[in-house]
Formats: sequence, C-alpha cells, structure tokens
Amino acid sequence: MAEPRPALPSGLVVFVKRECPTCELVVPVLAELSARTRLTIYCQDDPGFPEGLGALDETALERSWHHQIEAVPTLIRVEDGVEQERALGWHRGDWEGLTGISGLGKELPDWRPGCGSLSVDPTREPELRLRMEGEGLRARRVEVAALEDEQEAMFERGWTDGLPVVPPTRQRVVNMLQGTTRAPDEIVAVVPPDMAECSVEKVAINAVMAGCKPDYLPVVMAALEAVCTDEFNMHGVQATTMGVSPVIVVNGPIRRALGMNSGVGVLSPGNRANSTIGRALMLIVRNLGGSKPGGVDRSTFGHPGKLGVCFAEDEEGSPWTPLCSEHGIEAGKNAVTLYGGEGQRLIIDQLSRDAESLARSLASALLAVHHPKMGVGLAVMLVIGPEHASRFREAGWSKDQLRGALVQEMMRPGHEVMRGAGGIPEGMPLPEQAKDAQIPKFLPHNLHIVYAGSGAGLFSVAIGGWLTGAEGSQVVSKEIGT
Amino acid sequence: MSEAQVLLDPTSERKEEKRPRAPRLPDLEGRTVGLLDISKPRGDVFLDRLAEGLAARGAQVERYKKPTFTKPAPIDLRHEIAVKCDAAVEALAD
Repeated sequence: MAEPRPALPSGLVVFVKRECPTCELVVPVLAELSARTRLTIYCQDDPGFPEGLGALDETALERSWHHQIEAVPTLIRVEDGVEQERALGWHRGDWEGLTGISGLGKELPDWRPGCGSLSVDPTREPELRLRMEGEGLRARRVEVAALEDEQEAMFERGWTDGLPVVPPTRQRVVNMLQGTTRAPDEIVAVVPPDMAECSVEKVAINAVMAGCKPDYLPVVMAALEAVCTDEFNMHGVQATTMGVSPVIVVNGPIRRALGMNSGVGVLSPGNRANSTIGRALMLIVRNLGGSKPGGVDRSTFGHPGKLGVCFAEDEEGSPWTPLCSEHGIEAGKNAVTLYGGEGQRLIIDQLSRDAESLARSLASALLAVHHPKMGVGLAVMLVIGPEHASRFREAGWSKDQLRGALVQEMMRPGHEVMRGAGGIPEGMPLPEQAKDAQIPKFLPHNLHIVYAGSGAGLFSVAIGGWLTGAEGSQVVSKEIGT
Repeated sequence: MSEAQVLLDPTSERKEEKRPRAPRLPDLEGRTVGLLDISKPRGDVFLDRLAEGLAARGAQVERYKKPTFTKPAPIDLRHEIAVKCDAAVEALAD
C-alpha cells in the first residue's frame, strides 16, 4: 500500500508479546537496554508487559502490520525514523551487534527462536488486512440496506453481465489486491468508450465480482492494458454491429500456476481461471468503459462469448511457437494475446491423413467464415486440436508453412468473389480487371493459429474476426506483470 | 459476512452530463454546414445529395471525413468542425 506507515521512534525498538516464552526470557535484557539506551517497547497482547518498562500498547497491531513484524521479539535499530537493521527472536550475538552493547543476557542461553507475531496470525490476518488497508480504498462505498438482497441491488445498479456476481466487499477487495504488487490507486488503463481511468482497485473490484482468485489479477490487468490500446480499438470492437469481443489467449508458465485449461473442453465454461479472467475483463469494459448492449455495444446479435473468453494455449503439446511470440513477447514469458473474435465454429475433418489434405480441408472450411465471397481485410483465429496438428507435426510443417498452405488453398479468382458474382451482390469490391487475379481470403498475418484442445477428436475451431489493421482491430500481446 | 452490506462501486463513478441541444438554425442562408463522412461505404453518395440540397438552400457546405468508421473522430477534426461550422451532419451509411 502506498499510504504512509506509522514511523518508529529513533533508538532501539522491540516488539514483544506476553504469551511468548522467549519474550519472557529476554525481559532482563530489555530492562538493561531500557536503562542504558533509548528503548521503545511495543507489546502486542498486554501493555503491562514487561512490567515497569513503560511498554506501549500495540494491541491494535498497526505498527506490527506496517513494519511487517513476523516474529516476537523483534529488535530494530532506528535512526531518524528509518530502520537500519532488525533481529528476530533472541540471539545474543545479533542483539549485541545491533545494539553495540556487549555482554547482554549473560545468564540466558545463546539463542532462542521467537514466536509468531500476532500481526501474522492467520486467524487475525483477514480482519487486520481490512482494517489496515481497507481505509486506503477509494471506490465509493455503496450501502445495501439490511432487508435488501445484495444480488438484486447489484442487478438494479446495472453492475452485472446478467449473471449473479460475487459481492465486492472491502474484505474481498483487499484480499484480491494481494494478487498484485501494484498500488491500488495506480491507473492500469483508460477504458473506452467512456475513456474512464481504471485503477488497480477498480480492476480488483470487478475481478472479485467475476469470481477471480487474487492470483488471476495480473492476467486481468494485462488483458485490460491490451484491449485499451489504440491498436486493439476496444471502442470499435464493442460498437460494431458485427458482434466481436475480446478473446484472451494466455501463454507462459502462469497458465499452469493458475491451473488454466488448454485441453479437454478448452473453450467450455468450467475452469475457474479461464471463465473468470475473461469475465472480469468484460465487467470492466461494462462498468468502467460504460459499454452495454443497446448503448455503445450495437452488436446485432452478439454472442455468448461476450461474457468473456479466455483460454490457455497448450504450449507443452504444441509443435509450434506460442501465439504471443508472433506479437512481440518471447516464448516462455507470461503473456496475454487479445484478439477480437466472433463465436466459435467447429471444423470437422476425420479422414485426412496427411498434411496437404488436411490443409486443403481446413482451408475449404475457412472460406465460409464471414461469407464465402468476403475476405482480405478480415481476420480469423484457427484453434487447432492435437489430432489435427499431429498431421502437420508428422510432416514437419512449421506454423508458417501451414499458414502459407492455408492462404494458398484459399486463393480464388476475382470473378468468383467480386460483387455480383454468382448472382450475389455481396462480395469483394474488385475492379473488373481483377476478375482473373488470384484473391486471398485471409492475408497471412491475419490468420492466427493457436494450439489447444483435447487429445481426442479430429476437429479444429475457427473464430472469425473483425476488420484488421489500423482501421480495425489488431492483435495485441502484453506481458503479464505482477 | 456482516460487512457484505457495504459494497465497493465497480463503475467509473461518473454521472452522465445532460447538455441541451444547440438551438436550431432559423435558416440556412449563409450558414456553414459541415458534412462528416464516417468512411462507411457509400456514405459519400448520401452526403453528395445532401450537399446539393443544402447548397440550393444557400448554405456553405464543408466536407469532412473520419479516417475510419471503426474509431471515434479524432479530436482535432471534431474541434475543426465545431469552430468552422454552424451546423453539422454525420452520415452513417452502408
């Protein structure tokens, strides 16, 4: 927390508690130090201990908390309000070195470990954290009357995505903030379309509501940073009638640390990290950015993934480099990659046995994305499952080889895809002289390949995208911080 | 938990500002009317016709274009329209 902590007085400072045998043991030493130096004693459980030495009442544990006292006794040397060194428990050599006084506690054993500080007692820690850090929270406090149902109160205020949310109490929010080293008042991003500044605290509040664990918070922040770039163009992604929405792909060791799903049912609900990270991002877009269906969100249909889509790439199983490495974050780092995607559609091919055949087959299915006569400026994400990918692995195809083959297989003559061709006005706006030219469906850099899914099933998934490039939404990777 | 009755606001805590509409122009004679093409296909077709009609009513027409319909108009463009024009028409087409 960035708030100033209560300073310690200069001289020697010791934190003790009566119930600690080591603290009892060092009472003669404290008496000697008190007589010979400037010693301030803070007692965590009984201001009357040690008797006659003028101990200060530390039962509120405020100093213990803010100075991260882990054990008692802890002896600290302070100069001009700044800690110089500390000794934990009783260790004659340490105490003599710290105080500069030799011959301390001659009748005592050389060493005795201390006891746990009350400020780190697990039974008191949540309440203490709330008391010490909850006051620093800046978000408006909304009182829900005793007879009011808090879920109903949140629905009525428009805070939810239509499903119940976890009530963002101060306790839960301070606990959530444990997931990051960033200060609660730090601004993470300016969220379109309202261009509202979103602090770490506001991210934490929405992450609580989405059901996140504190460990997920850095992933949510990285995803938020990514969608709030001019390149991703969240305003456009939200506003378009086409109905795309952020798809978060997570790379790096954090996938395993958070227990994310990259395998069976990778795009299904059920895995807490996958489900709640995506949902937290969308709650922030809604609650901070102000984008709601019928408001700035003008999606004609939308899709269920607007609740939030987040999944992990199966890097361990993949024959290829991770997605983030194609967007500026090297393999092995923790990263999110954000893509504006529609709902998913399954591609079935259970008979292709070689790479060439399967590439042709996948390409033929991808032609249907958006509209068979549309392409070039649009994007697609192809999530390839292990069984399909094994065809390419066996053939030794790199990701770029596969991408190149798919692009080639999707080339069509202009006269098939131009406006009016086939008796269909819809199509690409091509000049007449382009009728014999080979027109790509997707440009290579707009064809995003991710490896995920179950080891059983000869399927892949296509997630259609939106306009690409500077005029649309570009794929953005961000490294996940702390 | 007893504390559950106090919740932290997840929103930007902003309030919508209600601003009155600019007064309607009494006539178009000598007025400058800005036409903003948002860069959707065929927006120019619509605005060309509008420009003809406005000119016939004595208005001075200024044409503007957003770089892309997918993003809000750049602030400089919005400022220019606000400074130079008495009225503006933003065209959405497809």
